[in-house]
Amino acid sequence: MNRLSWFNAVSLTLGFAFLYIPMIILIIFSFNESKLVTVWAGFSTKWYGELVQNEAFLDAAWVTIRVAVFSSTLATILGTAAAYVLVRGGRFFGRILFSGMIYAPLVMPEVITGLSLLLLFIGIGLDRGILTIVLAHTTFSMCFVSVVVSSRLVTFDRSLEEAALDLGCSPAQAFRLVTLPIIAPAVISGWLLAFTLSLDDLVIASFTSGPSATTLPIKIFSAVRLGVSPEINALSTLMIAAVTIGVITASLVTKRAMMRQKQDELAAARTE
Amino acid sequence: MSATVFAPWDDPQAEPLIQFQNVSKRFGDFTAIDNLSLDIFEREFFALLGPSGCGKTTMMRMLAGFEKPTDGHILLGGRDIDPVPPNKRAVNMMFQSYALFPHLSIWENIAFGLRRDNMPKHDLEERVEEMLRLTRLEKFARRKPHQISGGQRQRVALARSLAKAPKLLLLDEPLGALDKKLRQDTQFELMDIQEKTGTTFVIVTHDQEEAMTVASRVAVMDQGQLMQVATPDRIYETPASVYVADFIGDVNIIQGRATAQGDESYQVDWAEGQPALLAKSATAFDTGQTCHLAIRPEKVAISADRPTDAVNAVQGKVHDIAYLGNLSTYHVQLADGTIIKAQTANTRRISRRSFTWEDPVWLSWTATAAVLLAN
Repeated sequence: MNRLSWFNAVSLTLGFAFLYIPMIILIIFSFNESKLVTVWAGFSTKWYGELVQNEAFLDAAWVTIRVAVFSSTLATILGTAAAYVLVRGGRFFGRILFSGMIYAPLVMPEVITGLSLLLLFIGIGLDRGILTIVLAHTTFSMCFVSVVVSSRLVTFDRSLEEAALDLGCSPAQAFRLVTLPIIAPAVISGWLLAFTLSLDDLVIASFTSGPSATTLPIKIFSAVRLGVSPEINALSTLMIAAVTIGVITASLVTKRAMMRQKQDELAAARTE
Repeated sequence: MSATVFAPWDDPQAEPLIQFQNVSKRFGDFTAIDNLSLDIFEREFFALLGPSGCGKTTMMRMLAGFEKPTDGHILLGGRDIDPVPPNKRAVNMMFQSYALFPHLSIWENIAFGLRRDNMPKHDLEERVEEMLRLTRLEKFARRKPHQISGGQRQRVALARSLAKAPKLLLLDEPLGALDKKLRQDTQFELMDIQEKTGTTFVIVTHDQEEAMTVASRVAVMDQGQLMQVATPDRIYETPASVYVADFIGDVNIIQGRATAQGDESYQVDWAEGQPALLAKSATAFDTGQTCHLAIRPEKVAISADRPTDAVNAVQGKVHDIAYLGNLSTYHVQLADGTIIKAQTANTRRISRRSFTWEDPVWLSWTATAAVLLAN
């Protein structure tokens, strides 16, 4: 193994410092005794305690989680269906147009997506609340799901589905019993992507939320405008912790599955 | 010795299991199958043989129900199956890629089709065990497809497609992914299983040796048409055209002009300064008609002197020798530059070989050794 050269060590340190110093500062100051965010006055976990008693934050967190679960589930169903038709539907009129259009919301400025959804909801007289946020989040995250799932479907061996049909499955059974279990990892990662997108969305949510429902990012943003409090730091630290645990677990699970498969294949090759 | 030879195709009373009636299949401008009619009988091991792109896979996919004929009809047991979807046909297919379900165990893969029929649990278990025994996979029942070797996967695919006891089993290049040794063993295993189960097999292959080994009849295809349908020995011994003669095995083709000699006998004049050749042919040729004489290399004898009683004999010198271990093929160049191949079995050690490069030799064959073809 090569040792790190002096140059590489410096670039590595600078790069990671750039990425993580802001977050580390945030975490450190969430344990600050003082109410002043920038002045260190000793270690304390009191802001976490206060956070737990802050009804407004807890409400917002609950709204955010519900929105994320509903919208990502809805987006996964719609996005998977769209991906399946676009990859498998064969040629139909406007297929290229549709597959191009599925990518458009990925690059569309969020302000425009939010504004147009707001106009739509006002136009059809839908009161803004949890439902409208769910619909809005579903709209923009389903294309992410469909991109993830269709990239898996493109490499999916078509003859597996044909084999299922050949053995007596109806097309719907073939999808449920063969296709879906095999593409499940892509569908799940699509769901996770949609879930995180919904969790941290501020722009679209602020267009489509109403007085009855506020999501956590909106709450944090409006609180920060009145001044950063250590409570916000504590809240953000908790969010960072949740995301970190999620990412590490997911990567461990996939890595272990890959290693097991590799070992099995090696064993199979040896017994040949 | 049993006198009943299995040859339903020669019996005008026999009911074919599968009938292609003037079937055509076009993909856009491309004609994959061109007005093709064919009968396949019950218990046959039928091989569709041809180069890639000849339409053999399309034929198979139409039988399985994944493609519909553009024109014409396909009948299975006398019933038009064109409107029947793949999941409702008593036809199963073994895929080239095996298409084993990676998320299910070997046992569940084999049980998959039976479960779709809602077979009672006890019967289902019995049937799966029977299939595992037939394909010698008992030990691997609990494994996943990626935990077994390529040859074992091939047997799982076979067991899975046979489990539902289909009227017709389609095999799409079933041995393509195996190495040569394993392929040969598996060919005999396939024939065994076909005999035991009594299922009609239709196999698609581009490997002529494989088709000849396993099949009761072979259909040689080219560009969406049937060139010849016959038993392997008829295909080899009496090919219907130069294409078939050339596609199956090694052959010398000599072009010339026929002159009738009476008694199904023809004289073929083929080159200036070379003696005319004599050949028997049941098909009639007009005097002066262009014809092709097809002679298999193993039917050409090679000798140092002109055999006294030879009907056909030409002189040349050894241009090249292909040594195959058990056989040697001599490429003999005649005075006019024509190369004729002669094959001999190497019954003696190579050091005792009679001929070597540049040796003058005589090639001879009988009047019935060659086949006279119009095109």
